[in-house]
Amino acid sequence: MAEERRQKQCSVVLPTESMKAMAESVGVGQLQEESCVALSEEVSYRIKEIAQDALKFMHHGKRRKLTTSDIDNALKLKNVEPLFGFQSQEFIPFRFASGGGRELHFYEEREVDLSDIINTPLPRVPLDVSLKAHWLSIEGVEPSIPENPPPATKEQQKVESTEPLKVVKPGQEEEATIQGKSQGATAADGKGKEKGLIRLKPRSTHELSVEQQLYYKEITEACVGSCEAKRAEALQSIATDPGLYQMLPRFSTFISEGVRVNVVQNNLALLIYLMRMVKALMDNPTLYLEKYLHELIPAVVTCIVSKQLCLRPDVDNHWALRDFAARLMAQSCKTFSTTTNNIQSRITKTLTKSWLDEKTQWTTRYGCIAGLAELGPDVIKTLILPRLTIEGARIKAVMDGPVVSNIDKIGADHVQSLLLKHCASVIAKIRPQPDNVEQYRTDYGYLGPMLCSHVMKARTQAALQAQQVNRTTLTITQPRPTLSVSQSGLSGSSGPRTPSIIKVPSSLTLMSPRPGTPSQPSPPATKYIVMATSAGAASTQQVITLSSSQSASSVTSTVPSASSNLQPLVKLESGSGPGLTLTQSGSGPGLTASRPLQKYIVVSLPSSASSSLEPKSSVLPTSISSTQLDTGMKMERSESPGASTQSPH
Amino acid sequence: MAAVQGGLVDADNEKDIKTEPPSDGWVNNNANDGKVLSASPGSSATAGSNKPAAATTATAAGTPEDQQTLLAVLQFLRKNNLSESVEILRREAGLPENSLEAKAGDSSGTGDADTDAGDSSSLLSRVTVSSSARAPSPKKATAGEDQPDVNVVLSAYSQQGDPALYDVYYSGLKKFIETVLDCHRAELSQVFYPLFVHMYLELVYNNHESEAKAFFGKFSGDQECYYEDDLRILSSLSKKEHMRGNETLLDFRTSKFVLRISRDSYQLLKRHLQERQNNQIWNIIQEHLYIDIFDGIPRSKSQIDAMSGSLAGEGRREANKTKVYYGLLKEPEIELPLDDEDEEAENEEGKPKKKKPKKDSMGSKSKKQDPNAPSQTRIPLPELKDSDKLDKIMYMKEATKRIRLGPDNLPSICFYTFLNAYQGLTAVDFTDDSSLIAGGFADSTVRVWSITPKKLRKVKSAADLNVIDKESDDVLERIMDEKTASESKILYGHSGPVYGISFSPDRNYLLSSSEDGTVRLWSLLTFTCLVGYKGHNYPVWDTHFSPHGYYFVSGGHDRVARLWATDHYQPLRIFSGHLADVTCTRFHPNSNYLATGSSDRTIRLWDVLNGNCVRIFTGHKGPIHTLAFSPNGKFLASGATDGRVLLWDIGHGLMITELKGHTDTIYSLKFSRDSEILASGSMDNTVRLWDATKAFDDLETDDFTAATGHIHLQDNSLELLLGTYMTKSTPVIHLHFTRRNLLLAAGAYNP
Repeated sequence: MAEERRQKQCSVVLPTESMKAMAESVGVGQLQEESCVALSEEVSYRIKEIAQDALKFMHHGKRRKLTTSDIDNALKLKNVEPLFGFQSQEFIPFRFASGGGRELHFYEEREVDLSDIINTPLPRVPLDVSLKAHWLSIEGVEPSIPENPPPATKEQQKVESTEPLKVVKPGQEEEATIQGKSQGATAADGKGKEKGLIRLKPRSTHELSVEQQLYYKEITEACVGSCEAKRAEALQSIATDPGLYQMLPRFSTFISEGVRVNVVQNNLALLIYLMRMVKALMDNPTLYLEKYLHELIPAVVTCIVSKQLCLRPDVDNHWALRDFAARLMAQSCKTFSTTTNNIQSRITKTLTKSWLDEKTQWTTRYGCIAGLAELGPDVIKTLILPRLTIEGARIKAVMDGPVVSNIDKIGADHVQSLLLKHCASVIAKIRPQPDNVEQYRTDYGYLGPMLCSHVMKARTQAALQAQQVNRTTLTITQPRPTLSVSQSGLSGSSGPRTPSIIKVPSSLTLMSPRPGTPSQPSPPATKYIVMATSAGAASTQQVITLSSSQSASSVTSTVPSASSNLQPLVKLESGSGPGLTLTQSGSGPGLTASRPLQKYIVVSLPSSASSSLEPKSSVLPTSISSTQLDTGMKMERSESPGASTQSPH
Repeated sequence: MAAVQGGLVDADNEKDIKTEPPSDGWVNNNANDGKVLSASPGSSATAGSNKPAAATTATAAGTPEDQQTLLAVLQFLRKNNLSESVEILRREAGLPENSLEAKAGDSSGTGDADTDAGDSSSLLSRVTVSSSARAPSPKKATAGEDQPDVNVVLSAYSQQGDPALYDVYYSGLKKFIETVLDCHRAELSQVFYPLFVHMYLELVYNNHESEAKAFFGKFSGDQECYYEDDLRILSSLSKKEHMRGNETLLDFRTSKFVLRISRDSYQLLKRHLQERQNNQIWNIIQEHLYIDIFDGIPRSKSQIDAMSGSLAGEGRREANKTKVYYGLLKEPEIELPLDDEDEEAENEEGKPKKKKPKKDSMGSKSKKQDPNAPSQTRIPLPELKDSDKLDKIMYMKEATKRIRLGPDNLPSICFYTFLNAYQGLTAVDFTDDSSLIAGGFADSTVRVWSITPKKLRKVKSAADLNVIDKESDDVLERIMDEKTASESKILYGHSGPVYGISFSPDRNYLLSSSEDGTVRLWSLLTFTCLVGYKGHNYPVWDTHFSPHGYYFVSGGHDRVARLWATDHYQPLRIFSGHLADVTCTRFHPNSNYLATGSSDRTIRLWDVLNGNCVRIFTGHKGPIHTLAFSPNGKFLASGATDGRVLLWDIGHGLMITELKGHTDTIYSLKFSRDSEILASGSMDNTVRLWDATKAFDDLETDDFTAATGHIHLQDNSLELLLGTYMTKSTPVIHLHFTRRNLLLAAGAYNP
């Protein structure tokens, strides 16, 4: 293997065509093949030499990334004038064109409207260097403070909970080292001398430091206390603090006990607070809750299906709590359900069973349906839709029948609107138009006519939304003058377009709204995916919907382009959102940056829809322009838009 | 070989320009010249490093080759109009006058050839007239390849062998070594790498490009993995013209690769080669390899691997035999004022008896003359000022409050993070009393912060200073300008990234070394630049103040380390011998020695007094980026890009142990104040603590080990590792123990 690589190193030489091209660029017309060979060997050698020297500068600069200034310095070392003004924001500064057997490289010089430049807001002034001190270790123990990395990374927690016997990877053994050097040793050793010994699961400390105990007390009090501002702060802390790993068992017990007590006492407010805590814990990017699900899930399910959650069921809005808890449930199913723990199927079974029970109260019934509905359209389709008729009949019985109790009536009413809300969108997707009221009545019984009107409403809304999307984007992206670049090169209709690069100015305030303070983990970096496609494919593009879940900053948008037949799509996504699956980059601690790391992925589709038809296999020519060279140019594979539409938003 | 000697002697001449640093000995440099040169053949041990051939052959001009070397040196001197030196050298070497005359004709061409070469060599070639005049003559060798005086170096390569046979020779030897007894195999395998490189270079030199490529492709995979970096450089070189500017390869050719082989193994090899009439290989071994033969059992593979890895093989055994005075200097002058001070303080406190005996024991300890310590006046040291004495007293007081560290009592670590440095932080230093921190940046600035509540203030302007009452007690306070108080100050002056930074012990000065080739001395009273020391024409990678002030050392890309005194604008000593960049420099606590680490993967210890190299430590597999002396002066720790820390016993010249654990370049090392704990900081974002006491206790310095230099390394890094502390995303580039043994670390947050 190594040998192979070395041989490669030995033989890598610039192609002679490059020599010719370069010669031409300085006015030497006819260069003989021999000279080209000699030149290319010489040039390759010199380039390698300079690269090796540049590496030296990188090492002394105490960096991992080679920068252009390193190369400048290496040139200086050789008494060669360094390159001045080497500051291209683009990935490749020149363009390529061919035709008539000729190949041409050229710098694209586009007209720049001065007023555009003048009107562009100035970039932020970079912050000055500052010094900040923190405790990395106190008498040999690394304190859990935001400045230090979390004692156990999420991946490690995951490994620990899913595969407890797996050896801790070297380099991640901090947790073990803190507990004692012998364990750190075994962990780092991996497959050392102790191979023969029985590997014991590393003991984890359950003691909390005084600070942690204070913190725990403060946080729990604030979470269930009366001051809303304090609560918001506490929840924010739970959702972002990286050092909570040690306290997780306490929090989990606190929540489960809290729910147990407050359900009996019908204290709706406290239940809501506790559920918000669960939500905050789930949102914390450094925590992996799998180990504590046995306590959390019963608590959450209780809040979904409990018969009574408040003292005055007819007045209090316990429905909202059920909805909220159902969403939490769905989220944890999505995150933690595996083939071994079968959370989703167990939950589904439980909910279905109590729903099917004739004697179930309306409140519980509501909870079951909400819980199921939140699990996704598939669950709705297979479990809820077939029972619409029966459920409709039951509601009818309450509505039209003799007044039994007001509570039942309210319950039935809520179940009805819940069913309508969730089923309408699913039916709108699976049922072909037109919507016939009679047809609906026969299919869905009592609820049929109402469903029909809801479905129609849903359909019009979807159409509206698409238009809405168009409009929002317009306002966001139009001030960007550079987007018009995407129409450069050859026309899209005549042949395959060369990939073009869209440059996005870093100064755009919209993109980096957060001033960096590295002391606190800033929210994950924002990613922008810019996709350009021809008009033919535009309709499929618009399927990319506004991601409705928690990623509030996510906007899907299309930009009407200057040239008529091309319509680029600009999609902004927050890193924590579902877009992660698309860009395949984890939101590890590396991403919680002081400066929001921005990536631009430009995907351009040829006008023919062929490539979008084969979604996964064809990775479209992508090119990335990173704003600053020193942030490193990270190549990222982006799937074709066809694939991206399939990703769950 | 010959040219390297030339280079070194040449350097000797230069560095002996001032032997007695404080005395102004500019004029009588030639007298010094003679002294050193006459000393070297006599004390063969000292000369071992500087003039290896001379030492081994016992007579300076014994062989014709050596004679030629001397002639080359003479020519060089003559060219530079150092007629007096020429005279002395000629006398010393016992060369007849006419021998030089005979060569005079040749020498006259040297200058022309130099400029010719300057023209003909491409722009990229770093051989310029200025560099060849300054740098040791190996570079001249490239420039004027057809010059008779330096032709010795290259002549070996001009032999024309059948290029096709190289393959056969090499594989023949390979087959032979594979079939010998196991105990010899490891030792003989050492031959592969130097042979491979020399054969490849020979092929390239003789324009057998395709054969060279084939040869490289066939056998490069067999070489030890730690030579990969060199092989990469080698692989890019495929033409004779390329050999001109490539220092790495020049070094390889001009210096003999040193191997340590037991007598039995050597005999085996010799017999085999003679039987086969394998002259090609035998010639290379004789000409380019230095085989250090020892009697005894052959070494094992692990023993060999521990010591090999450097650019030019292992250090020769005799290179590490010189006596090194590693003990600390006693500090007599402090005693009286200290006691006075203390008594005063104690009287105030009202409990003098309790502390008194403590002080006494401390005093008596330092009174006893350490047998390993150099004499107090071995090198002239600056006299202590009153402020220095006060500082020493402070130090003593702090020392009594020091925490005793150990495996059960680990230090706390306070981490200073540079925010918004945008990957531009290149060097950091703390003052000894931990009151200031300075950072060198890639944007050429140096920034100083106060890390105590006391703010940084400038001295008032001259006009304002005139006004103040000079007799008042708080005059030192009054000269400061309150208006300028701030937490940090920026020093502008360099024109390239600042790679090295060092505070003076009295905290009045700051040194910075930069890519622009200068070392600058800054005043921390006025926050202005006082001196720019120009000498290195290439980037200066590191600089370090002597623990006693006044002297400082710098090392850079020009492969030499220089010793300076703050009041001289030219270097006092030039330490030449490294085969690649000097990447880090450190003074010994007693200021009599200094250590340099290099990208040739060796560490050298130099005697400040006479400029000799007294220790060569090999064993690292990558460029060395940090060094640290233990406070007691006995041990040295080194860290390299290979992520390993090696500990060395200076007195015996041996490797003590190897600390494995880091996964990336180690940029900082520091011993705790009592040498119990070694802290290492690395690019892999961790600080690790190692049990130094245990490492040193484990050391068995039996006579055999000391005599042969064979070491048995136990793989006990994991037992020695006391703790690993991970930062979020901050490479650790500096570490410092406060006087009370709190560990300070620094680095730039790297989002």
